[in-house]
Amino acid sequence: MNDGHVVIVGAGQGGVQAALSLRQEGHGGAITLIGDEEGLPYQRPPLSKDYLKTGQAERLALRPADYFDRKAINLWTGRRVDGIDRAARRVHVGQDTLTYDRLILATGTRNLIPPIPGIGRAFGLRTLAEAKGLRDALNGTRRIAVIGGGFIGLEVAAVARAGRHEVHVAEAAPRLMSRVLSPQMSERFRAKHEALGTRFHLGNGVTELRDGCIVLASGETIDADLVLLAAGVRPNTELAEAAGLAVDNGVVVDPLLRTSDPEIYALGDCCAFPDPESGNHVRLESVQAATDQARAIARTIVHGAQEPYAKVPWFWSDQADWKLQIAGLADPDATSVTVGEDTVFRFSGNRLCAVETINNAKVHMQARKLLARRPAPAYDDLARCGFDLGRETEKDRV
Amino acid sequence: MIKVTFIEYDGTRTTVEGRNGDSVMSLAAAQGIDGIVAECGGGMMCATCHCYVDDKWFARTGPRSDDEADMLDCAVAEVRQTSRLSCQITLSDALDGLVVHLPETQV
Ligand SMILES: Cc1cc2nc3c(=O)[nH]c(=O)nc-3n(C[C@H](O)[C@H](O)[C@H](O)COP(=O)(O)OP(=O)(O)OC[C@H]3O[C@@H](n4cnc5c(N)ncnc54)[C@H](O)[C@@H]3O)c2cc1C
Ligand code: FES
Repeated sequence: MNDGHVVIVGAGQGGVQAALSLRQEGHGGAITLIGDEEGLPYQRPPLSKDYLKTGQAERLALRPADYFDRKAINLWTGRRVDGIDRAARRVHVGQDTLTYDRLILATGTRNLIPPIPGIGRAFGLRTLAEAKGLRDALNGTRRIAVIGGGFIGLEVAAVARAGRHEVHVAEAAPRLMSRVLSPQMSERFRAKHEALGTRFHLGNGVTELRDGCIVLASGETIDADLVLLAAGVRPNTELAEAAGLAVDNGVVVDPLLRTSDPEIYALGDCCAFPDPESGNHVRLESVQAATDQARAIARTIVHGAQEPYAKVPWFWSDQADWKLQIAGLADPDATSVTVGEDTVFRFSGNRLCAVETINNAKVHMQARKLLARRPAPAYDDLARCGFDLGRETEKDRV
Repeated sequence: MIKVTFIEYDGTRTTVEGRNGDSVMSLAAAQGIDGIVAECGGGMMCATCHCYVDDKWFARTGPRSDDEADMLDCAVAEVRQTSRLSCQITLSDALDGLVVHLPETQV
């Protein structure tokens, strides 16, 4: 279909990419991109990195204001889609109603708010508005407590330490970034942050927030002028659920990223798609997934059914002077092999499933190439060449 | 202001003005130049901001760093001697008038 009206719900990283890719693929019909945040669509990754240091919000916009006009994309900001009427192919946006031929759900996630007394005192960090609030509050405070030892909490901890704040991080799990990272890398990062002066309370969740302090499961209290809640997110699936679409930790899609209604697609943080390796539905929270899925959906809409979606996942996180990069996807029981100081290979059974590196772009990029091959390299083959991915990637050239 | 001309794969030329200290990538993003994707926002993580520095300007921008070369190894389009990641080229008065060519595809 290259005419017809495509409506995109959510003007974040994936929604914007879907609109652009539709035009690039030659979609000639109308495109309406609707987002409930105010202002131009922007990138989130810098919110816990450069933006927190510099406060330069003007650098965050994904595209300039006139760009959307130039590409004939109707951008509605500060507007929320309240309902989908699938039978009539309509969405409701306040008083307005729009008819669609194809609908793309790109609604992202929101902060998970655990039911802890006093949690209302904590700052969140998902949107630019929240980042502004956090940045202002950081100015003039000394003691920071972070709830959650995941990527965002640790990125903020590193920035706050560089700004000479006293930083405590409380994490209910026994190790850092445990959902996706190997135990070996968790440990490397714990040591790194401790050397920078951050204090960890692992396996020690927060049970209460009081004026001027937090209380840990162990009973200890930690003084804090500012508390950041960074304990994960929930996918925004209510709209899909109310419309009767299948939802299970995300809007469930098929290998072409179609929901249980073939006219409706879902992408990015809000969608659970079949992992081509395991067949299990997974939900990723990364720029890569949002944008690659957006491009795949645009191709399918414009040119008809494509190959099943099978892009290699990749992710990065900046913590102080360490760039962590992850290629691939490891489940929690993947085995790990540490190679040198800065690389961990992860295996699912006998097959390579992910590679984690610190400040090593070369190995990261080699891993991305290798993991794109199916089947992925076997442990024995990698062991035979001393885990030198360069030698493995050479095989591509013959 | 420092003038930079982007020549896209289809020949579209766009000349825009940036400030000292901006990267060529951030200028392209701020102006909505299609041929630069810059998925990682300048973190040297994605290699989707690949450009070819015009031969006449290459001496002034200088060659890529080792890390940059590692990332470029995985750029989708052909890597040439003049290939750079545009997020790693910082504008300065010496680059006023810079011309960069953009590859057919970044992803
Ligand atoms: C602080 C921070 C740091 C991060 N760092 C990294 C990083 O280093 N690397 C990386 O790969 N990823 C990072 N991420 C994750 C990355 O930003 C997300 O994976 C990505 O933004 C997902 O894109 P999306 O389009 O799925 O969702 P989003 O970008 O979240 O966009 C969804 C949008 O939809 C809107 N919306 C929801 N419901 C409705 C509705 N009913 N009507 C209208 N609009 C609606 C939301 O308000 C939101 O604006 C980071 C995220 C955060 C918050
Ligand atoms: S913008 Fe990602 S490497 Fe340049």
